[in-house]
Amino acid sequence: MENFFIILNEYLIIKNFIEVFKGLDNTLYLLLISLPIGFVLSLIFALGRVSKFVFKIPIPYFIIYYPFINFFLFKVSIAKLISAYIFVIRGTPLLVQIYLIYFGLGSIKGVRESFLWYLLKEPFWCGVLALTINTVAYGAEIFRGGIQSISKSQIESGQALGFSKFMMMRKIIFPIAIRKVLPAYGNELILMVKATSLVSLTTYMEMTGIARRIMAKTFAPVEAFIAAGILYLFLNFLMVQFVKYLEWKYNPHLRLSN
Amino acid sequence: MFKFDKLIWGDLGWGDEFLWATVMTLTVSILSMGLGMCLAIITVWAKIVQSKITRLIANFYTTVVRGVPELLVIYLIFFGGNSVVMGIAKIFGYNGYIELNALTIGTIAIAFISATYSSEVLRAAYLSINKGQIEAAKALGLNRFSIFIRVLTPQIIRHALPGIGNVWQITLKDTSLISVTGLVEIMRQSRIASNVEHSPLTFLITAAVLYLFLTTFSGKFFKILEVNYSKGYN
Repeated sequence: MENFFIILNEYLIIKNFIEVFKGLDNTLYLLLISLPIGFVLSLIFALGRVSKFVFKIPIPYFIIYYPFINFFLFKVSIAKLISAYIFVIRGTPLLVQIYLIYFGLGSIKGVRESFLWYLLKEPFWCGVLALTINTVAYGAEIFRGGIQSISKSQIESGQALGFSKFMMMRKIIFPIAIRKVLPAYGNELILMVKATSLVSLTTYMEMTGIARRIMAKTFAPVEAFIAAGILYLFLNFLMVQFVKYLEWKYNPHLRLSN
Repeated sequence: MFKFDKLIWGDLGWGDEFLWATVMTLTVSILSMGLGMCLAIITVWAKIVQSKITRLIANFYTTVVRGVPELLVIYLIFFGGNSVVMGIAKIFGYNGYIELNALTIGTIAIAFISATYSSEVLRAAYLSINKGQIEAAKALGLNRFSIFIRVLTPQIIRHALPGIGNVWQITLKDTSLISVTGLVEIMRQSRIASNVEHSPLTFLITAAVLYLFLTTFSGKFFKILEVNYSKGYN
């Protein structure tokens, strides 16, 4: 038992806790920027995924002995483009995506000379970009399920009331879809909280990075990582409560009592 | 930008190294998936048995490991695992220095993570079985072991397969994280190669394509398994 207390040095764990807590704001900045953008973009991408819109790109070509320019219509359907994007992002680990953006984009000369470099040279903005790209792919797939699960009669009744397409989106499709996908999207939010720890591998000092630094300094791995783990658990607890509150708010018909 | 000539087979390129890295990734994910399934079965047993203590322990384990980033779990097991193993060895009277290799540590860490997901899938599959079937088997005079093997297991497999396929994909992608322990799998190999050749884009895209290949084909494999196991219902 004495041995156990030597391993889990109380004094060290409190000191570590305070130090890791200073990294909490860096984790939160990542989330606060990437989650709202990701939410909006995944709604748009989900709509694109179910739309039947097809880009027609005219490609001019010449035939010898024929005096006019001919156009070959190159058809690109938006749904297929977006599903290819979702397929690639969901099939590769987030770590590869973060490294590709942080190390890969920086190695292209054109990117280094463009205005993008002001953002992409910072590990923070690389992390935000990678997290957003990742959450949009997962979120779009979740929202697509919600949009497709709306029964046809509800859309028809909206049409009978003379709703425009935009009104139909705002008043019928989005409220019902968001209500249906809230549990799944809550899972995705928790996965995003956990995913922020990977940005520490690109030298961005958030909670995991600080815990790693403490470990390297004091060589006491257990205390450092337990301190970070408790903070992550707390963040995830808050996220769960937030999703629960949203579910309560958007499902007034399921409440047991008012 | 993308240097295809660096990916050739042999000493001049990195083709064969990437093949071995892929084999290593597959090995780690299969081993940790297997170990994770064993852990998950124990966890499910702890959750459904009529004992408050085991249920509390199992719930604590799944909640904590699922609420903490995977990277943190891997760091904790990688840096803290050795001292735990040495502490256990000390109880048995061995005072030397023990160092687990990266493959073992990575496998255990990923297994710990994947077991939490698998246990939820298996528990849901178990709960979806009609209680009447167990009663019918009891009425037929089967003992508990044969009820488990002949009645429960085939149905649990059928119900759990889609979920297990998802867990497999998550596990496969999580193995990229154990590159931080120095185990040479796809991710680590691509970092090494890009540091040597000063061309991160080439090798990171290679890594992404390899992961995409693995996830796609294992997904197809699980689809086939699903069709196979639900033959009696179609």
